[in-house]
Amino acid sequence: MKLDAALSADALEELMEAYLDAALSSRRDASQPARDLAAFGRRGQQFVLHWGAVIAKDNAELAYQFTAFAPRAMRLMDLDAVESWLLYAMDLYDKKGQIPAIRAFQQVADFAANMQERLAGMALEDCSAVLERFVCGLNGRPLKIAPADIPYTDTESVFLPPILGRLPDKEANFRLYKAMAVHQWAQNWYGTWRAGLLLEALDSGRLAPRDLAIFHVLETFRLDACIARDYPGLRRDMTALRLELDGEDSGWRSAVDRLTEPGSDVRETLRLVEALRGRPPRPCCYRGELQPDAVRTRLAIRSALEQDRFRIALAKMLEDQDGAPPGEDRPEAETLPETRDRLATRRHEDPDSPNGVRFDLMLDGKPVAPPEDVISTMESIIQDHGEIPPEYLVAAGPGLYKRGLGDDERAAESVWAGTYHEDGAFPYDEWDHSRQHHRKGWCILREHPVPPSDPDFYYQTLRKYGGLIKSIRRTFEVLRGEDRLLKRQSDGEDVDIDALVDAYADVHAGLEMTDRLFTRMHKDERNIAVMLMVDMSGSTKGWINQAEREALILLAEALDTLGDRFAIYGFSGWTRKRCEAYPVKTFAQAYDEDAKARICGIAPRDYTRMGVAIRHLSHLLAEQEARVKLLITLSDGKPDDYDHQYRGEYGIEDTRQALFEARLNGIHAFCITIDETGADYLPHMYGPANYAVICDVSKLPLKVSDIYRKLTS
Amino acid sequence: MQHVLRVLKPEDYFIEDEPYYEPVGDEIPVFEAAYRNSLPILLKGPTGCGKTRFMEHMAWRLHRPLITVSCHDDLTSSDLVGRFLVKGGETIWVDGPLARAVRAGGICYLDEVVEARKDTTVVIHPLADDRRVLPMEKLGELLEAPDTFCLAISYNPGYQSVLKDLKQSTRQRFVALEFDYPGSALEQKIVEKESGIASALARQLVKFAHMTRNLKGQGLDEGASTRLLVHAAKLMVSGVAPVVACRSAIAQALTDDPDMLAAVNELGASLF
Repeated sequence: MKLDAALSADALEELMEAYLDAALSSRRDASQPARDLAAFGRRGQQFVLHWGAVIAKDNAELAYQFTAFAPRAMRLMDLDAVESWLLYAMDLYDKKGQIPAIRAFQQVADFAANMQERLAGMALEDCSAVLERFVCGLNGRPLKIAPADIPYTDTESVFLPPILGRLPDKEANFRLYKAMAVHQWAQNWYGTWRAGLLLEALDSGRLAPRDLAIFHVLETFRLDACIARDYPGLRRDMTALRLELDGEDSGWRSAVDRLTEPGSDVRETLRLVEALRGRPPRPCCYRGELQPDAVRTRLAIRSALEQDRFRIALAKMLEDQDGAPPGEDRPEAETLPETRDRLATRRHEDPDSPNGVRFDLMLDGKPVAPPEDVISTMESIIQDHGEIPPEYLVAAGPGLYKRGLGDDERAAESVWAGTYHEDGAFPYDEWDHSRQHHRKGWCILREHPVPPSDPDFYYQTLRKYGGLIKSIRRTFEVLRGEDRLLKRQSDGEDVDIDALVDAYADVHAGLEMTDRLFTRMHKDERNIAVMLMVDMSGSTKGWINQAEREALILLAEALDTLGDRFAIYGFSGWTRKRCEAYPVKTFAQAYDEDAKARICGIAPRDYTRMGVAIRHLSHLLAEQEARVKLLITLSDGKPDDYDHQYRGEYGIEDTRQALFEARLNGIHAFCITIDETGADYLPHMYGPANYAVICDVSKLPLKVSDIYRKLTS
Repeated sequence: MQHVLRVLKPEDYFIEDEPYYEPVGDEIPVFEAAYRNSLPILLKGPTGCGKTRFMEHMAWRLHRPLITVSCHDDLTSSDLVGRFLVKGGETIWVDGPLARAVRAGGICYLDEVVEARKDTTVVIHPLADDRRVLPMEKLGELLEAPDTFCLAISYNPGYQSVLKDLKQSTRQRFVALEFDYPGSALEQKIVEKESGIASALARQLVKFAHMTRNLKGQGLDEGASTRLLVHAAKLMVSGVAPVVACRSAIAQALTDDPDMLAAVNELGASLF
């Protein structure tokens, strides 16, 4: 049989059964997909078999769906497009689970039909970073960008469609995204939701829910006029988009003259709804919809939070003024009504702000300058209410003050419990080698504090290795940056007398006089930042953990002598959603008693998902300003996790990719392991010269400092 | 136009035409009072907000030569004080800029002083307190500063790393003046005056600067400085389209990050 000849249905069925085994049963076999695929050439067949096997590693059912629908997909699209179809479905599987992914495979015809749109279209994912910064630059409260089918805002996020393909090219679609984002931002900045007027009208029935659409049409006129006044460039873009997508204005403009005048606000729009009720709404490509319920929920949470925050800030200002915290005699009081008389706001005309006014905070009749964070709270309050409501102007009592303090230190546990969904969580991509693609935001990492333990272990280690520590200190002191006097330089601080004498002799002998007559002090400064990444997986339990801690103590002593900046982080985890980093000593913290106690507190935990830990720590390391950045891993084995997928090749490839990304950031990675089989996989991950295997665990403490010295001198 | 090249010794460099400067607060009287009392001065503030221009203005006001040293991390104390050179078989002493300023009774301005090494910074200590002398160790001499001598240093507290902080022993010798970007109206006036641009455009430029300053800490280390605005305005006056001028003179100067660059460019395009 020739190599490039197409396979028969029987041969294909046999190959498919090999990877589809788990998805097949007495009622379902691979004969139909095999017959369909037999009609294609060898290249197409290989393509399906290859990807089928890749997908089967994640999920056999999906692999079956893919295999079954792939022949159809290949009739509709070329192989590149088929590949993007299957990656799209697998992304859905990663994010939303099996059922949406199966649906995506089944709706191959839809995908093929929208292919053109997808090729020309813009994905929100690709431009959300730009849009978020753009909106933040425009002004006001920073708004997050998040996906939703129809654009709307809840006053803290702007929701935009995940993909836009209405216009023929990417650039034009980006302009449409921008217009949508600007419209939602304008609702926040130019006060569609300000002072709760709209919500109140809806609650009281003055504005019927069915009139909300007409209100939005009118409000869009008002907002567009505001934008046109302040941002002529945006107006140009937005008008061009409307002309292209919505057609000519059908007589609305004359009806809404009043709205486009400077100074009109949402009240004007509400009044006008009465007059224009029943008109068919004019389409608008960037308007989206209003979601009062989403705004109401957000607003309630934010108002309560900001009111407390503002009142606490007032209490701090009173404390600064009086020299003592207010209301000390009433530890339970949440507010201090007697402070009402001392606090006030003063209104200023300010043509630069959207409502034309600005507010100064007054304490005892004198204006006070609040700190930065209070200013942003005040601005946010004014953005919501149009002023600082009088009921806000009362200082917090100790009761609220203490509760407020507690809020700031929300425990990692409650974050994990999902209370604060995104706070303190770092999403990281992970590399899937079989797909040759990153899984976006696949791992969620959180930092957990390390409970300090009895520092006795530290002193025991010092005693145990007393002699060694002395010699380590000595060898490291030699490494410390020192001044060298460079002689015979052409430029320098001082005249080099020896050189001058020689030069004289030369001149007398008829030679030319050299210009290298100076001495210069050369200062060798070590400029190294080192991140120590310590394996805290369950497998380190016992003597390995003890050796790790001893090694860390010895190395930390040495680094302290040397003056190199260093940080120590432990890492562990349990599946991709519970990756953990344990800051034992950050770069900013001193190597003090607390840090020593935390080193002693390093304890074995769960698994070794290395890729995400490397990404997190190299990110922290990259922020350091240093000429040399070192990431040293202390580990006892291969990357591993509870889910079988990460074990083996996947984990090794992901780690390798993470290290590769770190190298691009100028980070030099090195691995010290006690896994005797390390030589089999470490060269592949770290590179041939960037690892050391230590066979005898008890030698680890001795070796680590030695290796570090060699690495950095 | 024939250009006459002037070569001057630093201590002879007197500023003859009044440098344009708009006072933001009471920095001029404070500087003058400090000068009369022989107190050294520390200027702090973000880049491009007018610190150097202020120094030129004060040098003009006080009729003193201005000797500026831009500090860098290889600057040694000999670079400031002076050194021996070998000339025709003889060693001769050559004063550094600081010694020259002391001898001439001028104003010595050490720009971005934290960039200099810590051991270099300490040579200014005896000059910066009531002793007012410059020890020249290699000569074995002390140089006493005349009353007209003035020492000024500047630094930008915004972007220093912990490694480059001004030592307490240094900073506590100085009268400090804080600089920041001027208010909108004043900044607009400065841009107009410096570049001759129409006031409507100057207003939009200042607005653009505020947009970039909103992004400080969200991915930008610094917002656009007044100096950048003047650059953009000058380009516009020479006929460059506003959006292009903002992109070249401001956006590209602020960041290399592609997302941020795209966002800043979009902000510029939204205004013009």
